[in-house]
Amino acid sequence: MEVTFSFERTTAISRTEVTTRPSLSYWQDAWRRFKVNPRSLISLYIVATLGLFTLVGPWVWTIDPTLQDLDQISVPPGADRRARVVGPHVRWEVDETNNAIPQTLSATQLAVIGEATTQAVRLAWNPVVGASGYRVYRGIAEPASPDALGLPLIDIVNAKLTRFEDRLDLKSRTYFYSVIALSSAGFELGYATLDVEVTRVITANEAIARGLSERRGPSLIGETVYLDLHPLGTDYLGRDMLARLMHGARVSLFIGIVAPFLYVFVGILYGSIAGFAAGRWDQLMMRFADFVVALPFLLFMILFKIVFNTEPGESGISAMLLAMILLSWPATARLVRGQILQIREEAYIGASRLLGAGSMYLILRHMIPNTMGVILVTLTFAVPGAIFTEAFLSFIGMGVAPPNPSWGSMCNEGIKTMLTAPHELVFPAVFISLTVLVFNLLGDGLRDALDTRMRSAN
Amino acid sequence: MANSRTNRHDYVRYAIKRLIQGVITVWLIATATFFAMHNVPGDPLLDEKAVSPEIRKNLQAKYGLDRPLLEQYGIYLANMIGGDFGISYAQENRSVNDIIREHFPVSAILGILSIVFAGLGGILFGALTAINRNRLPDIVIMFLVILGISVPSFVFAALGQMTLVNVNALLGTSILPVAGWGTVSHMIMPSLILGLGTMAFLTRLMRSSMLEIDNADYLRTAISKGLPPTRIFLRHQLRNAILPVITVLGPSIAAITTGGFVVELVFAIPGLGRYFVQAVQQSDYTVIMGTTVFYGAFLVLMVIVVDLLYGLVDPRVRLD
Repeated sequence: MEVTFSFERTTAISRTEVTTRPSLSYWQDAWRRFKVNPRSLISLYIVATLGLFTLVGPWVWTIDPTLQDLDQISVPPGADRRARVVGPHVRWEVDETNNAIPQTLSATQLAVIGEATTQAVRLAWNPVVGASGYRVYRGIAEPASPDALGLPLIDIVNAKLTRFEDRLDLKSRTYFYSVIALSSAGFELGYATLDVEVTRVITANEAIARGLSERRGPSLIGETVYLDLHPLGTDYLGRDMLARLMHGARVSLFIGIVAPFLYVFVGILYGSIAGFAAGRWDQLMMRFADFVVALPFLLFMILFKIVFNTEPGESGISAMLLAMILLSWPATARLVRGQILQIREEAYIGASRLLGAGSMYLILRHMIPNTMGVILVTLTFAVPGAIFTEAFLSFIGMGVAPPNPSWGSMCNEGIKTMLTAPHELVFPAVFISLTVLVFNLLGDGLRDALDTRMRSAN
Repeated sequence: MANSRTNRHDYVRYAIKRLIQGVITVWLIATATFFAMHNVPGDPLLDEKAVSPEIRKNLQAKYGLDRPLLEQYGIYLANMIGGDFGISYAQENRSVNDIIREHFPVSAILGILSIVFAGLGGILFGALTAINRNRLPDIVIMFLVILGISVPSFVFAALGQMTLVNVNALLGTSILPVAGWGTVSHMIMPSLILGLGTMAFLTRLMRSSMLEIDNADYLRTAISKGLPPTRIFLRHQLRNAILPVITVLGPSIAAITTGGFVVELVFAIPGLGRYFVQAVQQSDYTVIMGTTVFYGAFLVLMVIVVDLLYGLVDPRVRLD
């Protein structure tokens, strides 16, 4: 038996295993390392959201941050916005023969005549025997003692006048009215207190003028309209918190981002000149930088802020930027100088020079790209510092001039009303803290991704 | 023996050198303050009230404002070396010296308490996180640390005060006063608040410094010798890890000093910081200049003291 073998050419191509992958540039590699850290990625998203909030926000939420809504002052988010439409205020005419006071009241009791609205609260009381006058108080809490009745509204010196109409800045809330009877010698004969629940009303004319209702004319009276919406409430002057936070973000983030860019730029220039010059000039320039570092930062921020604030109408942003640049550049200058001095001695610089590279080429191709990572990390960590500085200065009243809002000045205003309206302090404080936190985390992530040598530093 | 004598000699030379540097720095601060304030727009003698030219001239002569700038600078420096910071513009019959003498001790007490609190807390929590690395205490404390670094001191102050008000109202009695100064109970809350940011920073530093010496040879030797763990922790880990914390105490004092401005403002504490802020708001120039130079000198002195202390504690540090 004969076996024949037929050899055919194989179609399979022998493959060597591919062990290489496309080479990554420095930035691609950094991005790959940055991406694996979820904390840095989340903070990057939050930074982007803050950017949108600042830049696009005022176009979406077009309310003027300086506009005062006097019907809604220090209103927390989600408050009742309903208001009943009423006619214009009419004078309180009292028919003396047919006095409206219920005769069943005892001598020291108070009564509300008609309905208590934000337009007017009408009080009446029975005359007290022996009294030659009365004093009316309005408090926002139940009086604990006769010495703490609240805001004195009027002194009535006519013993026969036992009524009072309060139209002073009424809000939709409960007030505690107290009337003290005074003897002719000025002694207090006793007092009575009444709690009054005030309902919010708005005149028809005003409701139409403000565009709160589609319908017009007197038929509106008795209807319920809704006052302007303030999603995050209003501040102590009735200004919209959301609009102020957005515009405040423009100021705070502008200073927080632009100031570091400017002083880091100045620092790069100064540091690289010193690093290149080397020798005596380098020594001299660094001595000067040491002197600037020794200046107490915030004290001189305040001092320079006083010096540069020339015009009373200015916002004070440029003065703050200038002061920050003048005081903050040395840290970057030192860093860049150190980097330049170090890179100068690297072998690849020598190799490049050997191949005929000029100074300009060396700076642009080797020195700047190699210091870029460190500079970017410095920049990111400088943002929280600048935001803190702006907030601190605005908080002590040396920052951005009112009515321009900034997060720091909003905190400063909010702290005065923090017990009655905590949202006025909490919102700007949360925004400052969140921004600083996010930039800190971003800086951590960038440092880990960009610079392997700095990784163990913290 | 000879070696230790040269070391001591080096140390004295180093101390003298640092002191001379400090004096020069304070002089530069005073000079910068003078020329900066000289360029402030406006005229302190030009009030809303109309002043006749004769009176104006007399006033200028009294304050030396009619002399050349350099001569004014000379008078200013001479006064400052003599320890005279001038008289307040806003408050009659009060010298800046009086203001500093009266209000600085309050700020100093507040600052010392905060530094002690921040230092102890930072070392304790830092060591705690390092021992429990990547476990629950570490994660919780490090989260709080990031929060502590990210929240401005005035927000902490306001929140602390708000909490006190609410707690006092809830309990019906005053466990701690909400504001003011005088007794020990007044000092607790403000100094805690003031130390919080620095404590967070020191905790982070202490943690990384503990982790860094984790692989040190002497630590492995100590473990292999069979030393008890508490002894290893106290004598080898803690003592070595504290050293970097001491170096940042200087800058921390600066941070606590300026943080004190805000805390004193919120808690109505009659310290120099609150006074400084009020002087700034009232444009009380002599007080601003005096307190700036005083604070500058104080901070420079503190940095020198901390550096000298460090040289004393850690003999390895290079004195140059």
